[in-house]
Amino acid sequence: MPTSSENGDVVAICCEGVGKRYRIGQQERYRTLRDALTEMARAPFRWLAPSEQSTVGVAARNPELWALKDLSFEVKHGEVLGIIGRNGSGKSTLLKILSRITKPSKGMARIRGRVGTLLEVGAGFHPELTGRENIFLNGAILGMTRREIERKFDEIIEFSECGRLLDTPMKHYSSGMYVRLAFAVAANLETEILLVDEVLAVGDAAFQKKCLGKIGDAASQGRTVLFVSHNMLAVDSLCTRAICLHEGRVVLEGPPGLVTSRYLQTWLPTFKEVVHDDINAAPGNEIIRLHRACIRPQSGSSTDRITVRTPLVVEFQYWKLAAHTSLDLAAEVFNEHGVNVFTAAKIAEPPAPAGLLRSSFTVPGDLMNNGTYRIHLTVLLGGLTEVAYWEDVIAFEVHDAASELRGFYHDHWPGVVRPNLNWNTELIDSTVPVLEACRI
Amino acid sequence: MTALSALPHVPQVGTVIIRGEDSSWSLQPRELWRHRELLYFLTWRDIKVRYKQTVLGLAWAVIQPLAIALTLSLFLGNLVRVPSEGLPYPLFAYSAMVIWQLFANALTESSNSLLANERLITKVYFPRLIAPLSSVLASLIDFAISLLVLAFFLIYYRIVPTERIVTLPLVALLAVLIALGVGLWLAALNVKYRDVRYVVGFLVQFWFLASPIAYPASVVPERWRVWYGLNPMVGVVEGFRWTLRGTGAAPLSLLAISACVAMAILIGGTYYFRRTEDTFADFI
Repeated sequence: MPTSSENGDVVAICCEGVGKRYRIGQQERYRTLRDALTEMARAPFRWLAPSEQSTVGVAARNPELWALKDLSFEVKHGEVLGIIGRNGSGKSTLLKILSRITKPSKGMARIRGRVGTLLEVGAGFHPELTGRENIFLNGAILGMTRREIERKFDEIIEFSECGRLLDTPMKHYSSGMYVRLAFAVAANLETEILLVDEVLAVGDAAFQKKCLGKIGDAASQGRTVLFVSHNMLAVDSLCTRAICLHEGRVVLEGPPGLVTSRYLQTWLPTFKEVVHDDINAAPGNEIIRLHRACIRPQSGSSTDRITVRTPLVVEFQYWKLAAHTSLDLAAEVFNEHGVNVFTAAKIAEPPAPAGLLRSSFTVPGDLMNNGTYRIHLTVLLGGLTEVAYWEDVIAFEVHDAASELRGFYHDHWPGVVRPNLNWNTELIDSTVPVLEACRI
Repeated sequence: MTALSALPHVPQVGTVIIRGEDSSWSLQPRELWRHRELLYFLTWRDIKVRYKQTVLGLAWAVIQPLAIALTLSLFLGNLVRVPSEGLPYPLFAYSAMVIWQLFANALTESSNSLLANERLITKVYFPRLIAPLSSVLASLIDFAISLLVLAFFLIYYRIVPTERIVTLPLVALLAVLIALGVGLWLAALNVKYRDVRYVVGFLVQFWFLASPIAYPASVVPERWRVWYGLNPMVGVVEGFRWTLRGTGAAPLSLLAISACVAMAILIGGTYYFRRTEDTFADFI
């Protein structure tokens, strides 16, 4: 990296063999005192010690789960590290440990510099307090001093765009204003290290962009940022390096582009056809159960290769168990960057009889770009009530077609979709001066 | 490119080491000091929010002890004729209620402080001791208001406090420390065992009856007095009345026992709290 100077070699965060163990059921509420009393009777005074030292007997009854396993990595000062991974891979636990919200069960982490944690916008906002009061409260919670907040106050107001409502209790704010004010405070946190969870980027697209922009600013000011995200585009564009976690370990590490693309290839399974034969075990409920979901070329089977030119059929077979109702289906198609390319919805149709039904739609050829896609399916009852929501019902890959379409180009074709559009060129006036030197 | 010119100073701040077996006896005075502004803001929030959307607002701080004191005066003072050691019974009961209410509020609020700040605990780091501390500090406001009403009582009964009154803050401090000590135990236990919230209400009622609020400690036979004094609130309530009264000897032995018991509870509570605070975010 050209930016690495003598400063770049200072380690800001260093994790050595960090592990975090949860007991299954540890996060369940309402552990009864009776349980504890029986344990206590078995091993007097053991309950005074932290849970780690609990008896073997307890551990056997409560199997443990390692959210993080022997995690080691370093982050240099000024780096922006993207952390990706599937749900439950340990990303959030890692941020919680680094921000000292919870302690590791094993190993240690060394952090050099003041840490700002943005795991949630508006932590500690109180609806009864006014916007002004909440700015000070939230600032103090995030670790700002009163003087810092006072100095930043105007900037915060400006960024939040809710100056008018400054002295109104926040319970009268719209959710959009609430988030804007919350982020405005967080954005002005001036710590050397920022730990950011992507839940931060909430709200509409414009606001998300603003938030990501602020994170980019922090990075360009040479601060160290750890950024947990599912948004591969954001990781690619903001981060200088990325790691991918899987089951509590680092499985990939390197330049963000490389890590995100390998992550998508490796961990995104491509399921073009899914079949559930047992009506009682199939996903669903007493209203609908999914029998089969598949995607195939219009003239072929689901094992055939799909290219950008292939017309596709997306088909769902399901048991409709409730008579006299109409079920609406909405299939949302997402690309590998998490962009919702389009949604195909079957709505407002007359009620169908109960039984095994087949619903399908066709995607024309020359529409989808090459890449990996996933489909989420939502089932609505009477157009209003969500009956079922299945994420990643099917996933598939669209391959590049033969190269004749693209002329000299043989790299990724830019754009979310890739329709085959014809340019039309005609001569309308030939009486223009022609530069001899430029004639090819 | 741009990053080169913008490279900031290398932070000269200390290195924080995060590891599992870090719990200690230490109160982390440095950490607490660094977060003093958070303590201030949380206390301020608790005070501001407490009486929002109530019609009577801060008057509630007075209504509760006053109503109980009047009820006690009617039944125990007038009908049962419980002795009140030279003070008019209403003053005798109300003064006890003032210090009792400080204790009971501080205890209840601090026991509940971690659950009340659940979102903060799972999303932000701060020394967890800040939460019960701010609850205890916030309950001092109610105390101040009910003290004002106590002043009216003194004027009404034409009682001029002697120089003893200067020890009143010390007695109040003792009440706060006992409440904090018990509150730390209960707050930490409350994270894991939600039974605590039922225990707190019961405990406060039970403790009320076991303390010399409606009756003087002198009704307890001499030979039981020391055992009775193991309830640290006995010394506090008797001591508090003594600071207002012009006569009688100071309940020094009761106060001494009370202070010792208070220290034991506080040290134990702090230790248990610190030992378990690492897992608060996991269990809450």
